Order: sequence, then structure tokens, then C-alpha cells
Amino acid sequence: MSDFTMPSLGADMAAATMMRWRVKPGDGVKRGDVVAEVETDKGLIEIEIFEDGTVEELVAGIGEKLPVGAVLARIRESGTAPLPAVIPAVQRRRVSPLARKIAAELGVELSGIEGSGPGGAIEKADVERAASHPVEASAEEAGTAPLRRAIAAAMEKSNREIPHYHLDATIDMTSALAWLARENELRVIQARLLPAVLLLKAVAGALRVEPDLNGVWRDGRLQRSERIHINFAIALRGGGLITPAIHDVDRKSHDEIMADLNDLVPRVRAGRLRSSELTEGTITVTHLGESVVERVWGVIYPPQVAIVGFGRVAEQPWAENGMLGVRQVLCATLAGDHRASDGRVGARFLDALNQQLQKP
Amino acid sequence: MTDSEIRDAILDGLARIAPEADLASLDPKANLRAALDLDSFDFLRFLIELGEATGVEVPEADYGCVTTLETMSEYITKAARGRGQRGRD
Amino acid sequence: MNARKVTYREALREAMVEALRGDPRVFLMGEDVGAYGGCFAVSRGMLEEFGPERVRDTPLSESAFVGAGIGAALGGMRPIVEVMTCNFSLLAADQIVNTAATLLHMSGGQFSVPLVIRMATGGGKQLAAQHSHSLEGWYAHVPGIRVLVPATLQDARGMMAGALECPDPVLIFEHQTLYNREGELAEDAGAVAIHGAKIQRPGRDLTIVAYGAGLWKSLAAAEALAAEGIDAEVIDLRVLRPLDDATIVESVARTHRVLIVDEGWRSGGIAAEIGMRIMEQAFYQLDRPVARLCGVEVPIPYAPQLEHAALPQVEGILEIARELIHGHE
Repeated sequence: MSDFTMPSLGADMAAATMMRWRVKPGDGVKRGDVVAEVETDKGLIEIEIFEDGTVEELVAGIGEKLPVGAVLARIRESGTAPLPAVIPAVQRRRVSPLARKIAAELGVELSGIEGSGPGGAIEKADVERAASHPVEASAEEAGTAPLRRAIAAAMEKSNREIPHYHLDATIDMTSALAWLARENELRVIQARLLPAVLLLKAVAGALRVEPDLNGVWRDGRLQRSERIHINFAIALRGGGLITPAIHDVDRKSHDEIMADLNDLVPRVRAGRLRSSELTEGTITVTHLGESVVERVWGVIYPPQVAIVGFGRVAEQPWAENGMLGVRQVLCATLAGDHRASDGRVGARFLDALNQQLQKP
Repeated sequence: MTDSEIRDAILDGLARIAPEADLASLDPKANLRAALDLDSFDFLRFLIELGEATGVEVPEADYGCVTTLETMSEYITKAARGRGQRGRD
Repeated sequence: MNARKVTYREALREAMVEALRGDPRVFLMGEDVGAYGGCFAVSRGMLEEFGPERVRDTPLSESAFVGAGIGAALGGMRPIVEVMTCNFSLLAADQIVNTAATLLHMSGGQFSVPLVIRMATGGGKQLAAQHSHSLEGWYAHVPGIRVLVPATLQDARGMMAGALECPDPVLIFEHQTLYNREGELAEDAGAVAIHGAKIQRPGRDLTIVAYGAGLWKSLAAAEALAAEGIDAEVIDLRVLRPLDDATIVESVARTHRVLIVDEGWRSGGIAAEIGMRIMEQAFYQLDRPVARLCGVEVPIPYAPQLEHAALPQVEGILEIARELIHGHE
């Protein structure tokens, strides 16, 4: 028997509310099945299960707000017999009793606090530090929307903990865009590709060359990821943004990536994401090329170690081989976590990215 | 399709893509993507739906002709009529 | 006020001499307390002053002479019984636990047992597993008796008077390593209370709860910690039954971190009881889990390096204290 617990859907998430079960006791489940929907700061998220088995018991009730790690259901693994029920231990955040008491007295929310004690335990000093932190306090008072607070927490953590380095490169997009225009001319409108597809595929290709930018910084070291899951920043119409992951971009064709976008963007905007799309990204790409923005100086989404930014495509005079011409160019930027990689790695990545975009 | 049916199809499509927008007060000469904050993805989805409603597919090369409500109505009307005439031939 | 240099042993003897001089009901008995002057030389010279009627050597039978002490107390005397070490007190456990501690209750409140029993406790003198265990925590489990653990010269000098006045059985545990401890004692030092703990060193960052020999190790550790910028408060428990919860809880409410030093074995020891009381009464004051440093759960070894390793030491206190203040696991 194993516990199916509330997953952490990002470093900024503390709890979520159970909205709907998609399974009932006795149902068989397979790894990757969506078994429940929970409401988070980032909207309604479909939660997937990570093992094969049979649902033994649904523990979490509809409408219950539960912390990360709380038991949602109990699953009997495939091939094991039913066991008599035992009460499972709920994994809690470590907070010293004194810290909990002081936080309650000061009205400080523990979810936003970084613990400095053993195992990340929140102690008195951590609560007092948080209580004297004017930004967090005022965000709470101003009734900031949950999504804004989630972004605030992630970006604050990034800026506090990650030593960023920034690089930029101007890339000639003329041949890539010409290729895209030819492709789209031949396609029915439903099958058209957007420039973002080329950029995502090129980033994935460049990460094959420079894997040190693809992964997470955890336990004081870079943990590279074999698979390339790109978080793609999608703006919400009401403001704010969500960066769901597009899985295995390096193994997908242009059409498959476009199909993923067609599936993802409406779901992001309707607030219907899956847990794996929120948690499994290994790098982030942000694309502000549809405005007048030339360069994006990105802020890394922790615990990732890099973010790639794309500005607008514009016609510019371009000198090459002693000849001056007009080309369509775009500025690509990279923000890297200097703990995990150095500027040289970033430079090689941008170089590889440029080469990828010359031959889509 | 009449002119007003085409106009309604455009407005319906925009309302689905930008449900929060006040389309009644939309300036017919305003740049649609700027006024309604449509990104390339929104705009492509809108054109796909519009194509399904009107039978007119706007090629990428003609995006410059459909930037405002007014020019888009004209473009679709003209294209739909051309198609219709070809249909009668 | 004039002070003079005395040892812990001399302070204990002064207290007994004063008691024998002042009250004809008081007498001392035990193995070798007379001609030999006591196994730890506490009663040396007392036979000469008070004679064999009042300083009585007994046969090697703890059950018999502790039982005789109970009888004498019931008969109106004020006996002081010396049981060489607390290991041997187990031979008299029936007399102490089943008789002395219960008689008031079982007689419907008719018979008090005003008996004082002194015994040596603890390790550190290479007296091996026969003579070195710390069983005061066991006796602190028993209702009906009072358990004193004098660590200072003042308490060694002053607790006897109160113990003799107490209508109930009082057990006094004298740590073997303290007998030779020398220090200043006021000329007019006299009776002290036989209840309540005492803060021996005030501090802000951490509470160390200790008793007996552990007090001095804790104070030494606190001095070393002060040099590192850690300000430890050290509490001398003085009395293990009844425990002074208030002093401990008030201290934890100031420091929020606590270490209990107890030479007794860890499982079911007095440190466990103190930790539990902190949980009950000061849970919401804790910023770290309660820590304890106890004797290793082995019979106390004879070999000096093994004996050293089996007992709480200053280095161990320092290590846990640093962990409680700075530790991140």
C-alpha cells in the first residue's frame, strides 16, 4: 500500500484545494493517469499519479484545502493484496512550535517563509525576519491575487538565491522565417506553424549541445536532466503568466510542438493544467517578440538554472563578407545560474542556438 | 453571406478569443491585435475559426490587409464574394 | 561575611556534626562509618566525638540496617543512614520503596518516617560497575520520598538540616567525584531549602538543565560557549523529587532551546521525565527539539578511557549546544 500525496507544483506552492476526484475506490490506475483536480494559485490543475495500482481509499474530501505532502488517496500497488487500514502519517512542513505560535500572533503566513533550521525547519528568527519584511507584508495587505503572489514568491526566491549572468546574441532569422513562410503557404490554416515553434525546437537542439543549462539546482549541485522539458511562458489575458512544460521538445517535430501549443495555450487560459506540466520543466523560454521589445533579460524560475528570452524580429542592416544587406534579425538572450554554469557554457549555447536557427 | 453576417462572424470570433473585451466600443479603424491584446497564437486561432465560419482562409502574406475591423470586413467580404462567383461559374 | 576553604566532604561532615550536637535524637549508622570513618571518609572523627552509641557500624546487610533506621524513625529518633553507594541501596529497595515510602499512606496518616539516607552515586573514580551507577532517577519515580542531589558546597552543608526536619524519608545522593571538590563556603553557612531548582548561571540563548557532577561540567561548558558567543543558562536541579517545573519552564520560555544533562541511563531516566514536562508545559516555547545528554547504556566500565566515554562530558555538552544554536543537520 502506498500513499498518493499532494504534489508540490512549484517551489511557491504550499497547499491546494481538492476540487474533484476522477477515480473511485476499486479503480485501476496507471502511471500518468489524471486522478484528481485541485485548485491552486495557478488555477485548476489536473493531478497525475506516478504508479500503477488500484485505488484503495480516497482520503481527501472535496473542498478540503491540503498542504503539499498531505495524503490524498491510498493506492494498492499492482500485485499486492489488500491490507488492513492503518492511519498514514501526514508529511508536514517543519516549523518549530515557537515559530508557529509567533507566526499566528503576528499574522505571518508560514507558506512564504524560508526555514533556516534543520531540514528547512522554520524557527523563531525566520518568522521574525519575515514579519519585518515590508514587501511581503504589503502584498498580503493589498489583497494581491494568488497568481501574482505565486509569481512574486518565485521571482523573489530567484533574485535572492540565484546569481544570474546574462548574455545576448543577435541572430539572423531571414532564412528561418523564409522557410516558415514557405511551409505555411503550403499548409491549410489549421496546420500553420508559429515562429515560436522554430525557437522552441532550436533551444532544444542547442541544449543537446550544452546540457549544463538543462536541469535544476538542488542540494547544492546541478542535477542535469536527460530529457528536455521546456517551460514556455504564456501570458494570461487578465495579467500574469504561467509557464507550463512542453515535454521532450528535442524529440518532437515542428508539427508535434505546434500541436502541443494548440493543446496547451487554451488550457492555460482556461486554468486547466496537469501537474506534470507545472513541475517537470527543465528550462524556461520567454518570447516577447510580438511587441517592440528588443531584448528580454530573464529571471530564472527556481530551481531551474537557465531562461532563454527572445525579442522581436526586425529588419536591420547586416554586414556580412564585406557586403551590406537588410536582414530580419532577432535578439536571443540567456540568463544562467552562475552556480551551475559559467559564461562560456552560455556562449556555446547561444552559438549552437544560432546554428540551429540557420537550418530549421 | 451578407456584409452584416460577415461582421457578426468576426465579432463572434473576437468575443471567443477575448471574452473580456467590450467589442461594442471597438473603434473599427483600430489595430485589432493591439486593441484586444491578441498574440500570434490568439490571432491564428481566431483566423482558423473565422475561416470555418466564412470559408475564407487568410494567407500569412495578407495579414497586413486584416489589421482592423474595417479592413478585415472588407477583405473577407471581397474574398467570400470572389469564391461565391467562382462557385456559380 | 568571612569565607573559608572547605571540601564537599567536610561540608557534609559539618552538617552531620552540627545535627548530632544539636539534637540528641539524631544518630548516624552504616557500614564502616565508625572506626573507619566512612568509606568516603565523610564521618572521620565523628566516632571519637559522639561514641559508638551515636555513630554505629553495621553488618553488611543494607536491608537490615535501613529497616532498623525505619524502626528508629518510627520510634521517635532522627536517624541518618549511610548506604555506601546507591548500587548497594538496591539490597534495601524493599525497605525504602515498599516500607519507608508507603507507611504514612498505609497507616492512614498515623506514622511518618523521618529517615535520612545518604548514599554515593555516579562514576568517574574507576570504581567500576559495582559502585558507579546513577540510580537517583529511579528513586525519583517513587511517591512518598524526597530525593536531594546536592552539587554545591552550600547544599552539601545546608541540606542535612532540612532533611532531618522533613517528616518523610529523604534520600541524599552525593556524587563520588564531588567529595574532594574544594571551594569557598561562608563562615556562617547553614540550612538551605530542600525544594526548588536554582539558576547557577543566567543566559539568553540556551538552557542547560543539570544536577550533581553534571552541574560542574555544564558550567564549564557554558564558560567555553560564552567565548564562542553562545550565552547558556545553567540550572542546578538540586531536588529530583519533587521536580521544580516552574524554574525549568520559565527558563525555556526565555531561551527556547534546552539540553538536559543526566548521568543516569537514557531510557526511562530523569532526563526523559524533564523533557516530557517541558513538552507538557512549554511546547509552544520550543524553537528546537529538546536535547539530552545521558550516560551511555552500558554497565559503567572500569578502564578509565571507557569510563570517560560512558559518562556525559564537557565536550559532549559543547557539541550538542553548538548544534542547538547553529545546527542545520
